[in-house]
Amino acid sequence: MEILVFLVPLALMLGLAGLIAFLWSLRSGQYDDLEGAAWRAVGEDRPPEEAQG
Amino acid sequence: MQVTRDFSHYVRAAGEGIKHIDLAVEGVHCAGCMAKIERGLSAIPDVTLARVNLTDRRVALEWKAGTLDPVSFIDRLEELGYKAHPYETESAEATEVAESRFLLRCLGVAAFATMNVMMLSIPVWSGNVSDMLPEQRDFFHWLSALIALPAAAYAGQPFFRSAWRALSNKTTNMDVPISIGVTLALGMSVVETIHHAEHAYFDAAIMLLTFLLVGRFLDQNMRRRTRAVAGNLAALKAETAAKFVGPDEISQVPVAAIHPGDIVLLRPGERCAVDGTVIEGRSEIDQSLITGETLYVTAGQGTPVYAGSMNISGTLRVRVSAASEATLLAEITRLLDNALQARSRYMRLADRASRLYAPVVHATAVLTILGWVIAGATWHDAIVTGVAVLIITCPCALGLAIPTVQTIASGAMFKSGMLLNSGDAIERLADANHVILDKTGTLTLPDLEVTNAADIPADIFDLAGRLALSSHHPVAAAVAQAAGARSPIVGAVEETGQGVRATIDGIDIRLGRPSFCGAEALIGAGADLDSEASIVGFSKGNEKFILSVRQGLRPDAQAVIAALKARNIGIEILSGDREPAVRAAADALGIAEWRAGVTPADKIARIEELKQRGAKVLMVGDGMNDAPSLAVAHVSMSPISGAHLSQATADLVFLGRPLAPVVAAIDSSCQALRLMRQNLWLAIGYNVLAVPVAISGVVTPLIAAAAMSGSSILVMLNSLRARSRAREIV
Repeated sequence: MEILVFLVPLALMLGLAGLIAFLWSLRSGQYDDLEGAAWRAVGEDRPPEEAQG
Repeated sequence: MQVTRDFSHYVRAAGEGIKHIDLAVEGVHCAGCMAKIERGLSAIPDVTLARVNLTDRRVALEWKAGTLDPVSFIDRLEELGYKAHPYETESAEATEVAESRFLLRCLGVAAFATMNVMMLSIPVWSGNVSDMLPEQRDFFHWLSALIALPAAAYAGQPFFRSAWRALSNKTTNMDVPISIGVTLALGMSVVETIHHAEHAYFDAAIMLLTFLLVGRFLDQNMRRRTRAVAGNLAALKAETAAKFVGPDEISQVPVAAIHPGDIVLLRPGERCAVDGTVIEGRSEIDQSLITGETLYVTAGQGTPVYAGSMNISGTLRVRVSAASEATLLAEITRLLDNALQARSRYMRLADRASRLYAPVVHATAVLTILGWVIAGATWHDAIVTGVAVLIITCPCALGLAIPTVQTIASGAMFKSGMLLNSGDAIERLADANHVILDKTGTLTLPDLEVTNAADIPADIFDLAGRLALSSHHPVAAAVAQAAGARSPIVGAVEETGQGVRATIDGIDIRLGRPSFCGAEALIGAGADLDSEASIVGFSKGNEKFILSVRQGLRPDAQAVIAALKARNIGIEILSGDREPAVRAAADALGIAEWRAGVTPADKIARIEELKQRGAKVLMVGDGMNDAPSLAVAHVSMSPISGAHLSQATADLVFLGRPLAPVVAAIDSSCQALRLMRQNLWLAIGYNVLAVPVAISGVVTPLIAAAAMSGSSILVMLNSLRARSRAREIV
């Protein structure tokens, strides 16, 4: 049962990492345009030279 | 005179040498549009960012300061086939967006805490029936407390704040029992953990918050979206005014950049965007949006003009007394203030439910504790059981019952062209049993149309339309639009107050006053031209014609009136216009009850009279003169073409030319109210089943968690039914 000493904090760390990732994505505006984001995923990529401009 | 467009008001700095502007764009619907716009704008040199937001239909643009003028972006979008206008975030929308983000953050925290606490709770539940050591159980309980307590303190803020506000106003709302329930559950669990007890309720408390936050977030998101659409529509109306920046130089600036004391030019065919006083020029102005009266008023030096008036014939210089809607007719302001005070008396369904619910639940908990003590249990056990009652009855499903339906119903209304201004409008609209309609701009379309186009040979009508393109007069604009004219006639000359003339192949053609075209004789002989129309003459050599131009009824007005009658809803017209005009409209639509020449105060008196008789009045109106009656009515609607003030006052705003959204909205709100009531009964029914179990003292955290999520899911599924039905209406 000593394994719990490692596993439980590990599980909590993972949960915390998930929460931090969510808060970061929220802060960086990834939830501002859900409709557009859905389409961007399937849209064509820009040619590389244009993407730089 | 030189005219320039000036959008500098909307441009803001975004870091070192970078400028930023937000544009509202019309007609962006798909991924194709998004890619087209982004590529088209990125191709302009010096543009560093062009990003479309498909949800809000906006483009954010950034460029290197110096060379580029924001006007060029608008022109570029025009070339790509999109109409765009700079957009400025109103403070109301900014607040909604901030609130929405805050709720999402709370929801994120609560959801992650729930998942982690559950991960700890499930081993405890299974360990309780197998071989878990008490020390291990205590350890898990402490870990749960470590997660749940800070998470609840953060994620519970929306509820605690709202409950505190309600209590300090000496009322209650749904958030009061929620806050009490959550706090007691957490407090008791901590005490139990300290005493090495078997059960703790951290999971139930934090899960409750998660479910409720889902409801709150949905509700908030619906409001945010409505605001965004309304904001775009306002921006696309592109209200600008021609402001004098020099003695003979004018600049077309957004209304927001105009200040009292500025002088603006008002040309024929333009709608005035400010309140002010005429300082030079003579003209006729159409004040129908303000007074409902369709007869033109003569304006000269010293005449006050209000935002929303249309200038008809001459050019005016106006000194601005207040930009936009800062001042109004004093009478309307006073009536509006009174009406708005009366309105806040309506009590939402959710609040009515919680007013009954909270005392019953709290009394049950207290009785449970006393009952167990009398029956011989210890105080500790009795209190634990009492708190279990509070947890099991915590209004999780009740909290979701109304927002979920509201979100789905407002989405359905949105599709049928109706925007919700206030959250409880659905409940109030469902009660409405009497409709009062304004005539001008509500039953009729705000723009003019040619009524006798069919009597005129097509080639002549076409020619008249092309000639009309050379005039600014609104009647001429209506003729040009009706004829679908594209290319103006070269060399056409406008004679102020008379009309336009040109020469084609040596033949003189004229459009304007019948006397200007020598067509007076036709008016006397003219068949059944109604008295409300403006008569325009057209002559080509010796051939003479007359055109009758007037505000037409909305295309589906008749069908909508019939549909309202079929729903047993009383209908009447109250209009500020003259009697013949109102009579004609009422006869055409088969409405028996109508009144003409009604002042704003009369409208309110009539609504109050109907209220006394127990009628729930739905007021539909667009003019500034309707604003007080929109506020005083049980529920109100305004078309998007209406005055700002009426749109801000109305509960619902409908888009487009048809009147059909009015009926569609009534139908979906009736359906929604039915579902809300069902949901409330479902939630109460669940409590009736669960409470005896809780009172008997056999509730474990597992039962509480299962019951809570079960009832919430049931309520959400029931709400989704609002969606299936709404499709049939559209």
